[in-house]
Amino acid sequence: MDREAMTATSENRNEAQMIASILAGNTHEFHDLIQPYERSVYSMALSMLQNEADAEDAAQEAFLKAFRSLEKFRGEAKFSTWLISITLNEARSRLRRKKTAKTESLDELNEGGHVSPALLRDWREIPSEALERQEVRLMLQDAIGDLPLIYREVFVLRDMEDLSVNQSAEALGISVAAAKVRLHRARLMLQKRLAPQLKQVMPKRRWFPWF
Amino acid sequence: MVLECKHVWEHISGYLDGTLDAAVLEDVQKHLEHCEICSAILDSTRNILILTADERVFELPLGFSERLHARLEAEMQGFSYKPRGSVEESDG
Repeated sequence: MDREAMTATSENRNEAQMIASILAGNTHEFHDLIQPYERSVYSMALSMLQNEADAEDAAQEAFLKAFRSLEKFRGEAKFSTWLISITLNEARSRLRRKKTAKTESLDELNEGGHVSPALLRDWREIPSEALERQEVRLMLQDAIGDLPLIYREVFVLRDMEDLSVNQSAEALGISVAAAKVRLHRARLMLQKRLAPQLKQVMPKRRWFPWF
Repeated sequence: MVLECKHVWEHISGYLDGTLDAAVLEDVQKHLEHCEICSAILDSTRNILILTADERVFELPLGFSERLHARLEAEMQGFSYKPRGSVEESDG
């Protein structure tokens, strides 16, 4: 409910007007402008960087860059999409700085690979309430974090930040076709790893056994 | 055209995004009607995407917002954008 309320607020408010006001000198309104996006920028930075301190620093830096370069925002995209691109670039440049040759070659190696899903005979729906369990949250965080970077990037943009495939491709500087292939592999990799794990952790008739 | 399971798997992402061509979509749907394995793969993938998109997966660290806005506040001190219209936009 909170989430819906927040989404509704961010959609109904006039961001173009807020931005014009900030650029006209009411810089403090930037606090209000970014408030609905704090969580998504941080989640994105954490998914990319795998370290809370780095993610917080990168998220702060992304917001500062957005503030300093707000004049360059043209309003053709949504402000949130622009902000996500800035966050992506901030996370990417940090990864480049600390990236080892090993992880790079692993990513390259995986590019051509074929991904098969985990085979199941049936699937019992896991409700969102399962996320109340830290064990489940960590399972998802680890699975996302372990995706090779080229797959993780497109997955985070499309499936976590809700950009379109075209917007994701544009932000990443790759073709739409490449974005689709990578996204498909990312999703199957997650299914392959998470479906058996989630099934294990949520066995039949043993939902929240301590209740 | 009758599809084998492994060919259906190639279309799972497109199926979930609703971007399959009508003909392919029909073949995939026909397959799903009688193949419980592919149906379970599709359902589990869709379920996992709903879970990973949930904002509760990653929690904001305690005090994140306060630290962010304090840093922004410091940046705002004495900051000003160039007055609008003072720089002509160039066409080239």
